[in-house]
Amino acid sequence: MPKTTQGPTFKEEFARSKQNNVMLSRVAGSLYWMSRYLERAENVARLLDVNLQLLLDFGELDDQSLKEHWGPILQAIGDEELFFQLYETADSESVTDFITFCPTNPNSLVCCLSNARENARQVRDQISGEMWTVLNDAYHFINNHDIRKVWDGDVGAFYDQIKQFSHLFQGITVSTFARNEGFEFIQFGKYMERADKTSRLLDVKYHILLPKVTDVGGAVDAAQWQAVLRSTSALEGYRRFYVADILAWKVAEFLIFQESFPRSIYFCVDQLRQFVQLISEDRAGESQSAGVRKFGKFASSLKFLTTDDVFKQGLHQFVTEVQEQLAEVASYMFETYMYSPPVDMVAEIRFHQQQEQQQQSPVQCVEVVN
Amino acid sequence: MLLDNYQTEDFFDEMFEADGKVRPHYEAVAEVFNDVSIDEFRNKQTAVDASFMRHGVTFTVYSDDQGTEKIFPFDCAPRVISAEEWDTIEAGLIQRITALNLFLHDLYHDQKILKDRTIPASYIFGAKHFRRECSGMDVAKGIYVHICGTDLIRDRQGRYLVLEDNLRCPSGASYMLENRAALKRAFPDLFQSVKPLPVGAYSQDLLAALQYAAPDSYGGDDHPTVVLLTPGVFNSAYFEHAFLARQMGIPIVEGRDLVVRDSKVYMRTTAGLVRVDVIYRRIDDDFLDPSKFREDSLLGVPGLFNAARAGNVTLANAVGTGVADDKAVYCFVPKIIKYYLDQDPILPNVETYMASEDDHRSHILANLDKLVVKAANEAGGYGMLMGPWASKAEIEMFRKNIEADPRNFIAQDPISLSRHPTWVGEGFEGRHIDLRPYILYGEKVTVTPGGLTRVALRKGSLVVNSSQGGGSKDTWVLRHPNSKPAQQG
Repeated sequence: MPKTTQGPTFKEEFARSKQNNVMLSRVAGSLYWMSRYLERAENVARLLDVNLQLLLDFGELDDQSLKEHWGPILQAIGDEELFFQLYETADSESVTDFITFCPTNPNSLVCCLSNARENARQVRDQISGEMWTVLNDAYHFINNHDIRKVWDGDVGAFYDQIKQFSHLFQGITVSTFARNEGFEFIQFGKYMERADKTSRLLDVKYHILLPKVTDVGGAVDAAQWQAVLRSTSALEGYRRFYVADILAWKVAEFLIFQESFPRSIYFCVDQLRQFVQLISEDRAGESQSAGVRKFGKFASSLKFLTTDDVFKQGLHQFVTEVQEQLAEVASYMFETYMYSPPVDMVAEIRFHQQQEQQQQSPVQCVEVVN
Repeated sequence: MLLDNYQTEDFFDEMFEADGKVRPHYEAVAEVFNDVSIDEFRNKQTAVDASFMRHGVTFTVYSDDQGTEKIFPFDCAPRVISAEEWDTIEAGLIQRITALNLFLHDLYHDQKILKDRTIPASYIFGAKHFRRECSGMDVAKGIYVHICGTDLIRDRQGRYLVLEDNLRCPSGASYMLENRAALKRAFPDLFQSVKPLPVGAYSQDLLAALQYAAPDSYGGDDHPTVVLLTPGVFNSAYFEHAFLARQMGIPIVEGRDLVVRDSKVYMRTTAGLVRVDVIYRRIDDDFLDPSKFREDSLLGVPGLFNAARAGNVTLANAVGTGVADDKAVYCFVPKIIKYYLDQDPILPNVETYMASEDDHRSHILANLDKLVVKAANEAGGYGMLMGPWASKAEIEMFRKNIEADPRNFIAQDPISLSRHPTWVGEGFEGRHIDLRPYILYGEKVTVTPGGLTRVALRKGSLVVNSSQGGGSKDTWVLRHPNSKPAQQG
């Protein structure tokens, strides 16, 4: 057989592409925030949708009850203070407006989707065309001039659409995006946001509602727990797993420990642990760093906790610890991989101008001698 | 029928001869279009517009603080160029870029063309974009202009003329590629019957040209690290930057992602600093390096020019190419071709008067209301006087400016640009067009068959620039009758 000139083998190509596959810190940051903002939009949309529906079960409500209903929601999203700067009372209309359309609320749907898309635009060259199209559609959907009419026409369909953008994006990401470092940052962002939202929701619901002993076990209570489950897409999973009534402590157990449910705290933290590991493995030595090890320890400690432990410690304390651990690993990853300190332009310019003068100085000396 | 009432009026029409007969190279297009109803065409045009919006093929207009996104209007009727015409265009462009590249090398080295007074030195030293910093600097493989977009027009007789060369950061290639993709989706039948030459190879040719331009000192394998340097997402051409980077599979970087140490360029990555060999820069000279050029540039990379000068990184295009697309230097291009190649220009210039020449100046000043006057250093249709359509005040303003700084002005007889059937919402009317083919200078010079046809959408307007009411068309180059079977692309 005649010998032909061989191109590089697949293995060589792969090794080269791996080596060439460097990612700008800025790009890693944009992928992370793109993913977080979209996940946030999905969670916020679901939370709002469920709670608007829940209100329908309650009949007439006075201002105080309405405030009690919406207060925790605002806390879960973390913007209560900003809300009361902008609106006088927390009722369905004001909360909906704040969370859906308010351009000064950085966590409103309109801002989340715009930010997700803007981050994607920054890394337009890195993501697949299909991923970009979904985010672009979402952006144009919510920035449409007639969007309030669309919302009025069918509130449920409106929030469904938002959720669908997120689901579609996740599916497309899994089926069109290479499994490289970028993928790891996208997943890291998604689970970070999800863990944050599930834990906050648990916290506000229990924190606010448990002390009111009279309601525990009543019809209102059951509706509330159902709403919590639905807010995390967990109702069907819960029913399949427990085949039983909806009980407060079981809801907590499910949302904290259920290792097969993709929105439980345990599940999200475990995913985060894996992606932290993968990202840090790409850099020699990093996988043994203090930040990585600390989060790893925390993640494995969850495995051996029980619901009893959590309630003994106090749910609020437990959630606070989860939040702290999440914040710590998020800032560790951000500073290590995604953040490039801004250039001090003035100093940088002076540095290069001086360097050039030094290079030229021997020539000037010769001229002086001549 | 779509084109039944079409009027060529008193212009050179690309599709129809003066007697209304379809030109031979447009027959296949005419046949397909004749089977399309007005409603059908309108639907297709609407679908294409929506698809551009959906895929984010947009630029942002900052008229308020929000910024609205617009698509660059695209017209579905393709512009067709026959194989023979294209042969001439291609040969003419290769000749031109070859000569201009030799010219640049000469200007920044021995300056023979100035020393023997073929071109008066004052024109060069007075050019805004002549960079003294580049004197004596060698560029990799002697290539200055890696990417060129030359604007061609056709006059009343249908002759192709060079209107201007864009040797700095010519834009629009992404629209050439997106327009083709859009038209394929809208009118697959057209492609079945006409089979124009594909344009899809552009991005690969571009990458090959950039890789070929790696510094002579580069000692690695066949894959030097190439990046695209963009001013950022707020630049109106950001879509194009991201598009081309994606097509080539190279990172898109901003100034803040790069850092220069020991006259070498690095990018900041998640794995630390990584060396960069070639930069396809989409930032003008002025903003490229604040330690050398404009200090207030926040987009640039301090030390970048020095790294290029040291031969550690290639900038594409090189710094200082703007001197050769200066509008006063333009007048000398036929001489430049003769000087370096000893050939006559294949593509002629537009007849041009230079305000700095005494006899020309008096002709210009006497005929301001009949001429098109252009400022030598401006691009994008700015700094231009369209004499026949201008107000008295505008004419007087230009008269003053010309008298104050004659070096900065040239004038041309208004060319009645050729027209092309263009969709105007309810049917077709003739609109003026030009043509910007893209030329890549790598191991050899290649001209992508086609280019960007820009169309002045406003009735009667001769200004095709996208910033001033222009749109674009897909541009088809036909195959020679006995050429190879159709390729994909």
